Amino acid sequence: MAANVLPKLKLPAGAIPGGKPTSLFPISFSPPIEKYPNQISTVKLGATKSEGGTRGKSLIIGGELSPAFYTFENQTPHKPVITLDVFDMEVPLSKAVKMHVKDVIGDPAAWAKLAVEKFGADMVTMHLISVDPLLKDASPKEACKTIEKVLQAVDVPLVIGGCGDPVKDTALFEEVCEQFPGERFLISSVTLDMDVDKCGKFIKKSGNAVLAFTPMDLNFARELSRRLYDNLSREDIVMDLTTAALGYGLDYAFTNMERARIGGLMGDLELAHPMSSGTTNAWAAREAWLKMSDEWEPRELRGPLWEVTTALTLLTAGVDLFMMMHPAAVKTLKDVTNYLTANKKADPAKFLEWVKIKA
Amino acid sequence: MAEKKRAGLKELSPINIYKNLPKINCKECGVDNCMAFATKIVNREMELDSCKPLLKPEHAKAYSILKEMLKPAVAEVIIGVGEKAKKIGGKLVMYRHEFTYKNPTAIAIDVTDEMPEKEVVGRVQKTENFSFEYIGNILQLDMVAVRCTSDDADKFKSCVKKVAETTKLPLILCTMNPQIMEAGLMASPKSRPLLYAATTTNWKDMAELAIMYNTPLVASAPNDLNALVSLAKTLQNYGVKDIVLDPGTFTNGGLQDTINNFTMLRRAATKGGDELAGLPLLGIPMVAWMNKGETADDLIKWRESYMASMLTVRYADALILHGNDGWSLLPLAVLRQNIYTDPRKPVAVATGLKVFGTPDENSPVLFTSNFALTYYTVASDIESNQVNAYLIVVETEGSAIDSGVAGRKLTAERVADAIKASGIESKVKHRKIISPGKASRISGEIEELSGWKVLVGPRDSSEIPKYIIDKWQP
Repeated sequence: MAANVLPKLKLPAGAIPGGKPTSLFPISFSPPIEKYPNQISTVKLGATKSEGGTRGKSLIIGGELSPAFYTFENQTPHKPVITLDVFDMEVPLSKAVKMHVKDVIGDPAAWAKLAVEKFGADMVTMHLISVDPLLKDASPKEACKTIEKVLQAVDVPLVIGGCGDPVKDTALFEEVCEQFPGERFLISSVTLDMDVDKCGKFIKKSGNAVLAFTPMDLNFARELSRRLYDNLSREDIVMDLTTAALGYGLDYAFTNMERARIGGLMGDLELAHPMSSGTTNAWAAREAWLKMSDEWEPRELRGPLWEVTTALTLLTAGVDLFMMMHPAAVKTLKDVTNYLTANKKADPAKFLEWVKIKA
Repeated sequence: MAEKKRAGLKELSPINIYKNLPKINCKECGVDNCMAFATKIVNREMELDSCKPLLKPEHAKAYSILKEMLKPAVAEVIIGVGEKAKKIGGKLVMYRHEFTYKNPTAIAIDVTDEMPEKEVVGRVQKTENFSFEYIGNILQLDMVAVRCTSDDADKFKSCVKKVAETTKLPLILCTMNPQIMEAGLMASPKSRPLLYAATTTNWKDMAELAIMYNTPLVASAPNDLNALVSLAKTLQNYGVKDIVLDPGTFTNGGLQDTINNFTMLRRAATKGGDELAGLPLLGIPMVAWMNKGETADDLIKWRESYMASMLTVRYADALILHGNDGWSLLPLAVLRQNIYTDPRKPVAVATGLKVFGTPDENSPVLFTSNFALTYYTVASDIESNQVNAYLIVVETEGSAIDSGVAGRKLTAERVADAIKASGIESKVKHRKIISPGKASRISGEIEELSGWKVLVGPRDSSEIPKYIIDKWQP
């Protein structure tokens, strides 16, 4: 039997029927390079002292010349940026997330400090949900006091988030723009059911930037861009096309964003803006937080991996700004972004050893 | 890209197809006439072989012309035999929005010939039994990769034999040594495993085996696309029919080249008509395990999973993994399902009555759209707060609430009909239904048509639990 197992293969030359190659047929692969007529616009977030604000540094997002990370074609001009969520009052959080922030809930300044110093956030999103008429109905002036505290606590650029009520948010953002001109906040967000013209005017006057949020429909996104152009320049606008969680419509979000980015590069200027993703929405998937049967546990790993998978999928669609939640997910996204822009050559030497890994 | 170019998906017109059909309008295929059939063919809604007259000898030439015209940008390769055989590749397009991706990325989990037999059998069974129900689909794993780590042909042979006895899943046989490969093939000679791999040094022997045993063969040239296409071309010329490309998968600092290589190959195939790039791509996220010992196992599984997910989005047609924990495989399996759905039509869920918790005759009744995303968001918000309620899913042709109201897909008539059809009137004593806040415009009309009182609920479903606690009174 052993003799049959190890037959000496009669190769090459003589035994091979005529016409078969005896050596490698050399061909070269030409990298398929395309040129796009348009570039994604850039947006600067945060302003330093010399720029009229109080931030330690400012960040630039956007500016792509190719689809996301086609670095064989063009370099990625600005690495995607991560902003971590901070809430100004108690909110329901999943266990896997809560365990990391439980000591700072209710203290936005301490929470922001933790996000920046311990979790490596590039920015902080200050969600001022206490102004929600259905929650505390806090006044815009009170909310601004929280912003002041956070500005003192950290020196990164800020995203200022509202409560989702179109009327209350307009009042909140007007007050924020009045009190903090020149900080170059990203005002999150202006939507089609708000007074877009009014918001555009006070945001422009204050020198802040705007996040244009639309519900997963590129026609709405184009319309909102057009209405914002009445008052704001291209360099003031970031788009949020809606993020759905892995398993709960991520495919739509992904395709919508990929189409917007390719459209923008091809010359659809109303979509040629940097994109933001509310990646925290990954936690809306019950598979991210639910205690499941043993074979799917531990959820402490499954949950943040759900956020990572959502984030990386959208990274490949072209997202420039990630609003995130879990420290481990943040770390992975940062690592991957660094890997994808490092311009290191992968070393082929050891690759085939995977076959013999003793794992 | 010196290779022959193919017509892209968009350039194919029904007329070109029609010209080569029998044009007898026999209706055997189930379509009214040959022109209509041609249109279905172009839209990939029907297979060419449904035209029975075309399969007759006198149409052989036309058949082969049509086959060539309809060849996908990425060739389709079949691994394994029988019911569990797996088709990989067959892709028509680069971007998901262009056309539904065909043949979801096949996921293989490995075993080695040095694992104790019990472990081998256990891992194979775990792979075969992986099952997760998700919007009406069962998510499963697809293949088993058998690696030779022993360098011993006898060991490899008996391991392959054991695996083949344990499962009908297709196999990938992994060894760089042709003699050991043949030993493995002899253990399961008719099962059409995928052979891993032919390289620039062993390709002749591997090609002989692939031809002799009629198996697909992986061409592997890590991070060297020139060598990869050279190897593929050489194997083709040698007579190997089914080839899968392995451009190498690299962790961490090598991820950029990995993603670039997969992306370039797929673009060259779909946009450039490059037939050598147009072969299925194999990703090997299990390279993450090369760091075993230096890195915690959970971290390796995490890394392996996210690399697999990125490669699922970026064009891998098959993947080999080692980690088989549910927590690390579930996100990948769900992502694969998501990416391979039809991008043209919204995913809708079944309409009718859904029950949450243990509602009674005084429990709240709500309605929502049958757009899958809306439904699952609402369902998740109700479930996560353990609310006992009835939810009526209304036919909206997959529209969300606001766009459904605006586009007349969510109408008062449909809501009234859904209330009647759901049988809810025999389950609750009250006649009050909570409407999504975004459907408030049609609430008056619903009241008139159904006789139910409509309570306009919150605009966002996350507010439902609070709304019910604060406002619900039967």
